[in-house]
Amino acid sequence: MTTTANRTMAQSGGLRARLRAPIRALRRNPNMMLGGAILVIVVIIAIFSPLMTRTDPAALSPFERLEAPSATHWFGTDHLGRDVFDRTLVGSRISLLVGFTVGIVTSVFGLLIGLITGYYRRADNIIMRFMDGLMAFPSLLLALALIAVLGASVFNVILVICVVDTPRMVRVVRGAVLSLREQQFVEAANAIGTPTWRIMLRHIAPNTFAPVMVQATFIFALAIIVEANLSFLGAGVPPQTPSWGNIMGEGRTYLQIAVWVTFFPGLFLSFSVLSINLVGDGLRDTLDPRFSRRA
Amino acid sequence: MSTYILRRLLASLPVIFMVGVITFSILHIAPGDPAVLMAGEEATPEDVEKMRQALGFDRPFYVQFGVWVGNLLRGDLGTSIFSKHSIASLMAPRLQPTLSLGLIAIVLSVLIGVPMGVVAAAYVGSFTDRAAMIFAVLGFSVPVFWLGFIFIWLFAVEIRLFPAVGFVPISEGILPFLRSLTLPALANAIPFSALVARMTRSTMIEVLQEDYVRTARAKGLSGFVVIMRHALRNASIPIVTVVGLVFAALVSGAVVTETVFAIPGLGRLLVDGVVRRDYPIVQAMLMVTAVAYVFVNLIIDVFYAYLDPRIRY
Repeated sequence: MTTTANRTMAQSGGLRARLRAPIRALRRNPNMMLGGAILVIVVIIAIFSPLMTRTDPAALSPFERLEAPSATHWFGTDHLGRDVFDRTLVGSRISLLVGFTVGIVTSVFGLLIGLITGYYRRADNIIMRFMDGLMAFPSLLLALALIAVLGASVFNVILVICVVDTPRMVRVVRGAVLSLREQQFVEAANAIGTPTWRIMLRHIAPNTFAPVMVQATFIFALAIIVEANLSFLGAGVPPQTPSWGNIMGEGRTYLQIAVWVTFFPGLFLSFSVLSINLVGDGLRDTLDPRFSRRA
Repeated sequence: MSTYILRRLLASLPVIFMVGVITFSILHIAPGDPAVLMAGEEATPEDVEKMRQALGFDRPFYVQFGVWVGNLLRGDLGTSIFSKHSIASLMAPRLQPTLSLGLIAIVLSVLIGVPMGVVAAAYVGSFTDRAAMIFAVLGFSVPVFWLGFIFIWLFAVEIRLFPAVGFVPISEGILPFLRSLTLPALANAIPFSALVARMTRSTMIEVLQEDYVRTARAKGLSGFVVIMRHALRNASIPIVTVVGLVFAALVSGAVVTETVFAIPGLGRLLVDGVVRRDYPIVQAMLMVTAVAYVFVNLIIDVFYAYLDPRIRY
């Protein structure tokens, strides 16, 4: 019943009306609250990390190499004597930047392509075969192959993860569009002669908001992990910019004598991804009618 | 049944064709000349020209594509630029480590995930359920390579239970073989067991509300028998789906775990290919894994029809 109510609210437009459901969900779901709280902390760290570091994260101190965690270096130091705590704080910026950008870009393109494929049969056949083809590749493999050709940089990492994840968004939007176009309010709009583009943008697109947002959250989380994997393998963010992935990649050689170099960035990464997944689960439970029935 | 298999086989041809187009195009989307890229940074103009002719880059795009597809159909995956060996001969010895790693990881994720999901569903809302679901979200929030590091540090450095890195072939004894694969397979299995646990739990909750479960309970069967014989069997289809999805994720996982644990498998071959810009290897790996993925999904679809007699297409 609530979902129909949400629908009508969404149709009547207005961002506030559409945000009402997520806000209510946040109050009711303790896991989502926890996830949201961690996420807010991580975002604050990412924004203010340049003010929070006590050392220059790139400064080398040859006499303080591979020191264990202590009062001066909370997370120890790496093989070049750099402070792992400071580098971990700064590393959060890349992860969030990559995750957030990928989430936004895949939503925009996914919505656009999803609307077209859901509405035009002929385009659907060609585009969806292409999407199926893209999805047949294990995502990390395709990302690696594209990086091998394009070269490793922050921009290319974002680009490549977008290419890999957009089909997943397209699928969600297309599914929603296919069921929405059979609904009565679309038929009504059609009957009074509303042009197709207007139906797509004003009547269908706003109603895909819930599934798109849920999927975007999961893609956000996934993108952070893929970035870490790429950077860890040396095919991601170049070493001069600290990211959780490349800090761990560099620390790998010293694992047996200095586990802290890899342990702490990974812990931060896991908590960030966990918080986003918790928020995503909460959103899905409240926004997606298919799952809200389940206990 | 056989017409169904044939129909599914034909339906997967366009996807495989697309996979081929994408794989082949990747080299050509690069800014610049592929021959220059492949010849390396120290190459003279003559080297580049030789590379161009050897690889056929001087011919039109569709001719190159045709030649490449023709070679693939004859089982020729190309030649490595770096080692000059045929890629098939480079892949062959690496199949055993990767396949055994993947297989053990699948078995482990089912062994961990299914019981966890069943117990969580049987006691919905309980402490056990909450704990299991927290594990399930945590499980796929953790990067596989980091788990690998933690396992190495815990079980190979601190407690010397397992070898830290390396792979022992099965021909050198089953026990050393399993010991060398335990940590990497476990690291690989954790995220998938989390996925399997979630899927098992949600389908089991649905199935447990069905009439036939109530009937089974009413006629006095024990809770255990009801869950194992009546519910789990009917919940098996979505669980099989997840195991199919896991295949793609396992290949991705193999790329990182093989790097972490220094296992000479297909994943290492790809990473080395990427680092050395050995494009034929990268292309061959993409093609082989994507085609394998399409076939695994085909097998799963057929398996459905076998598991669930109601499915008739």
